[in-house]
Amino acid sequence: MIDVRMKPYLARLSLLMALVLACLGLAACQHQDDAAWRLVQVTGHMPDLDFHLTDDQGKPVSGKDYRGKVVLLYFGYTHCPDVCPLTLAQLHVVMQRLGPLADNVRILFVSVDPARDTPDVMHAYVNAFDPRAIGLTGSPSDIEALSKRYRSAFTREPDKGDGNYEVSHSSAIYVFDQEGKARLLSTPNNPQSDMVHDLHLLIEPGTTP
Amino acid sequence: MMPRSLLLVALLIPGLGSATEAQHVKASGAWIRLLPASLPAGGFVTLSNDGDQAVTLRSASSAAYGSVMLHKSSTDGGMGRMEMVDSLVVPAHGKAELSPGGYHLMMMNAPKPLAVGDKVVVTLVFGDGSSSQVGFVVRPANAVDGG
Repeated sequence: MIDVRMKPYLARLSLLMALVLACLGLAACQHQDDAAWRLVQVTGHMPDLDFHLTDDQGKPVSGKDYRGKVVLLYFGYTHCPDVCPLTLAQLHVVMQRLGPLADNVRILFVSVDPARDTPDVMHAYVNAFDPRAIGLTGSPSDIEALSKRYRSAFTREPDKGDGNYEVSHSSAIYVFDQEGKARLLSTPNNPQSDMVHDLHLLIEPGTTP
Repeated sequence: MMPRSLLLVALLIPGLGSATEAQHVKASGAWIRLLPASLPAGGFVTLSNDGDQAVTLRSASSAAYGSVMLHKSSTDGGMGRMEMVDSLVVPAHGKAELSPGGYHLMMMNAPKPLAVGDKVVVTLVFGDGSSSQVGFVVRPANAVDGG
């Protein structure tokens, strides 16, 4: 009696073992695939690109308007005299290094300071860096919704009394694929070559940059 | 009589043989990142000190800007931040770099619009009150260094 019961149990156990081995095999493959990326992978950990904002031409836009392009999302503000321009200048260099492939990429610079960053201000600003950069602004609540969606943070420091104030903000760059899926996260510690490498992989999968 | 008068001369000229802080500092690679409209711009420069004493950069000013302040950017903990700093020390026989993402001069309220290629004279004032004038080249927004 006991033997009869043991048999299906053993069968199930071996099936389970086979499944575990198969999963391990898959995980190994998955891991090898992961190793190809140099930036932090966020696939499945962050929501798709979605927002309702105004672009630097004054046109209402949503995340879906950028499907088909790899999107580099960056939060900042135009009165930021050093880190934001440095990041945008570095992204411009990345675009230059991509050559013609850069046409598949859009830089979305989202202002966390909509009180000062009107579409006109944003237009002049982003175009000083790269023709494929788009400035996005909107209502404080829409911008907050977007930054919360990607767990980005910003705080407005108190006014120094002359109408000037600083804004602390997250310095990460979020990379979305052509379907609007969040894929990678770049921090200021990542060298430019990492971003160039991973964008090559996103734009032309299977090719070695 | 002779030695005594020589001694007197030496005593009457304090600091004989020692240069001012400004005389020990050499500025190189000075540039400004020009931003559109009248947005605040970052000024960058490398200061080298050939003296045996540390030199302190206390302040800066320029006729081309209403206000020039010494600032420091940081991206600690993934947050971009800026803070005002009172001074920057250039170590003896060492260097201090004002470069994008770190120490920089925040140049604000230009009375006249500037253009790429312009040279802006900035006066740097040091700890002993001495100063030097440094020419900063105006570079485009998307420059990553002094060119």
